[in-house]
Amino acid sequence: MAKLILNNVSKDFGTGQPAVSRVSLDVREGGFLALLGPSGCGKTTVLRMIAGFEAPSDGAIFLGERLLADPAQSLPPERRNMAMVFQSYALWPHMSVADNVGYPLKVRGVSKEVYRRRIVEALDTVRLADLADRRPADLSGGQRQRVALARCLVTQPDVVLLDEPLANLDRHLRQEMEETFREFHIRSGATMIYVTHDQSEAMALATDIAVMSRGELLQVAPPQEIYACPEGRLVGSLIGRGAILSLAVPAAMLRKLDWGAIRALLGAAAPDGGVLADVLVRPEDVRLGGEGAAARVRSSLYEGERYSVTLDLADGQILRAFSRERPMPGDTMSVTITSAWRL
Amino acid sequence: MMIPPQVTALAWVQMSGPSSPLLKALHIAPPLGSPQPLYSVGGVALLYGVQHAPLVYLALRAGLMNVPRDGMEAARLSGASALRTFRDIVLPLALPGMIAGAAIAFVSCIGNFGIPAILGIPASIYTLSTLVFTKFAAFTDRTFGEVALLSGVIALISVAGLAVQERALGGRDYRILGQSGAAACLPVGRWRFVFLPVLAILLFFMLVAPFLALLAGALVPAYGVPLTVKTLSFHAFEEVLLRQAITRTAFANSLFLAAVTAIGLLVLSVLAGYMLTRRRDAASRMVASLIEIPYALPGIVVAVAFILVFAAPLPVFNVTLYGTIWIILVAYFASFFAVSLKPVVSAYRQLDPALEEAARLAGAGFFTRLKDILVPLVAPAAGASVILVFLIACNELTVSALLWSAGTQTLGVVIYNLDDSGGSDLASALSVLVVLMVVAMMLLLEAMAKHLPKGAVPWRS
Ligand SMILES: Nc1ncnc2c1ncn2[C@@H]1O[C@H](COP(=O)(O)OP(=O)(O)O)[C@@H](O)[C@H]1O
Ligand SMILES: [Mg+2]
Repeated sequence: MAKLILNNVSKDFGTGQPAVSRVSLDVREGGFLALLGPSGCGKTTVLRMIAGFEAPSDGAIFLGERLLADPAQSLPPERRNMAMVFQSYALWPHMSVADNVGYPLKVRGVSKEVYRRRIVEALDTVRLADLADRRPADLSGGQRQRVALARCLVTQPDVVLLDEPLANLDRHLRQEMEETFREFHIRSGATMIYVTHDQSEAMALATDIAVMSRGELLQVAPPQEIYACPEGRLVGSLIGRGAILSLAVPAAMLRKLDWGAIRALLGAAAPDGGVLADVLVRPEDVRLGGEGAAARVRSSLYEGERYSVTLDLADGQILRAFSRERPMPGDTMSVTITSAWRL
Repeated sequence: MMIPPQVTALAWVQMSGPSSPLLKALHIAPPLGSPQPLYSVGGVALLYGVQHAPLVYLALRAGLMNVPRDGMEAARLSGASALRTFRDIVLPLALPGMIAGAAIAFVSCIGNFGIPAILGIPASIYTLSTLVFTKFAAFTDRTFGEVALLSGVIALISVAGLAVQERALGGRDYRILGQSGAAACLPVGRWRFVFLPVLAILLFFMLVAPFLALLAGALVPAYGVPLTVKTLSFHAFEEVLLRQAITRTAFANSLFLAAVTAIGLLVLSVLAGYMLTRRRDAASRMVASLIEIPYALPGIVVAVAFILVFAAPLPVFNVTLYGTIWIILVAYFASFFAVSLKPVVSAYRQLDPALEEAARLAGAGFFTRLKDILVPLVAPAAGASVILVFLIACNELTVSALLWSAGTQTLGVVIYNLDDSGGSDLASALSVLVVLMVVAMMLLLEAMAKHLPKGAVPWRS
């Protein structure tokens, strides 16, 4: 096992706009990388290039020292020792669950006894041992998903690729499967790349998150860092909730702003010839009541654990906050912003 | 359903017209001397339709079987009425099957020889294929040139038909993901009371009545004699089965040719179908277009081409294929490749590519994937294609009519020659035997069906 490296990888299907452009990524050995981005941004294409189903039209992919693919040559998928959970699960309908799971072993020509033992182990891990003789057609969505995962478990793949594996499952099952994935990652020690458009899934599972948009890689960082310190307006609006204010922040100021700095900036006019900067304010950093800047409640929405409130600041900019009590639309209240981040 | 065209034509002739033994026995025959209505362009066209209905039905059914139930249900919930669902969801999804069926029927009609030979030649109505045949029969030193030109025209028309099909199918990638969903069933509802009798009447006139006519024709002692209990005789069957060695040779030849062709083409189709649907590099595109060539050529053109090529001894080996059974075999391979390939290609088209990709990641090389994943998944279609090829090759006339020589007659050739030389009772008797043989094989398959993969037998679900 070794580090997976994508070096300036691009893919153009000849449709005018490249599906993936100049993506560079290092996935450390044993890492769990979530590839996050809206639908159609090229996540699947990146995954398929790593697996070897598509050749990059530019750039190169390495596993450690070994070149996997560049525009001139590409190691076929069957020789990459990778495993993948497909969005459609891709179970073979003519084989039983056990045969589906055991197929990678069968191809590798292991002995009958090892074959049987490893299948049982893998099916146990995903809690499907008693369904070994069923056909995929007779399973529910969640069970098919687990069979697909078990198929990745039986061999020791260097890299495990997952393409929106939970997209077709209900919420309860998703939590259970997330748990299974985490266990699987710890147990196998494989490098995992997990494609999703669901950020809570990405945050909960991954050690690193790579955010993509329109074929480009915007930022790679651990979940906490992506959330607290997003780079640029796009990542800021894609990750988590929050409001983006336009404030005249002097370039020399630290990127992390406290209430003192924000209070001063809220009233200030744009500097002459200067530009306004985007500042991200997370709702949990907005405190309602007490003394502070005046804001008017535009709407409030009950979410179970609290109300989510949208506020209009004096200069017309929008702010989001949480509240235990129910603010009435039209009320005026004062707000304090304890922390903000310049994008 | 798998009755060869010359037998269908013969049966319909026996069923209609003034000398029909069946109509005579029922005392509803038209007066003697009135014309046989089927010896006309309309008659030929009618029998083209009768003959190819099952082919179109099969292709269409295969298409309809691919319509997923949840897709239809989603459409109903979107507010579409049953009719609308049919129009908007079922038809588009079944369209590849329909277009494929129409194309098969068109190309098959262009090259059809049995029907116009039996119905057209007596009335001096020639189609391109029968014209080629008569030119060969009256061999002169200009024959090769004329025949080559005629078959060129046939080839062009077929290619045009296929080009239309290609355009119609262009850009339709209807692979249905996953493939684990249940197949749809269309509720017919109260229309059932209209459909069922219509279907029954159609089936009666397409299957039962012609067979009875054929049987009647075989049981009369001589042409024109009315069939009654007194005149009934098994003379024709005796003659065909016991006296004439040529009919037994024909059975052996046809079965041998059909078996070798069906199995050989199976292997070729599974490989070629994969190339056609999966590989996208330049080399396989080349191969793909080369494979399209025999597909576009009707049997008669293939036969002419083989005569032109093999009339002289092969240069290196110094053996002459012409006049042996091997030239027929090679020609069968060329002309039935299309029949064999089509269902397999459809099956590949419908496979979710992820199924094969998953196997690649599992570490399986091409031949392992072929054996473990692809072949089992296309097995139903491949099984259907083998059976189709076997039955069609077994009863084939077009190619062998031009390529046969003493000792290499096929069943089709013998039936045609018997009918042509006035032995319509012998021809009918042999046809009855052919029909019985086809039915027996279908029953055999039926008995085997539960051990075959689902859908392998074309007429079963
Ligand atoms: N085989 C292909 N041919 C042409 N375009 C493709 C192909 N695969 C993907 N694309 C295009 O590339 C873009 C990214 O697709 P994809 O990687 O599937 O997005 P995601 O998985 O993030 O939803 C899309 O605009 C899609 O239309
Ligand atoms: Mg995707």
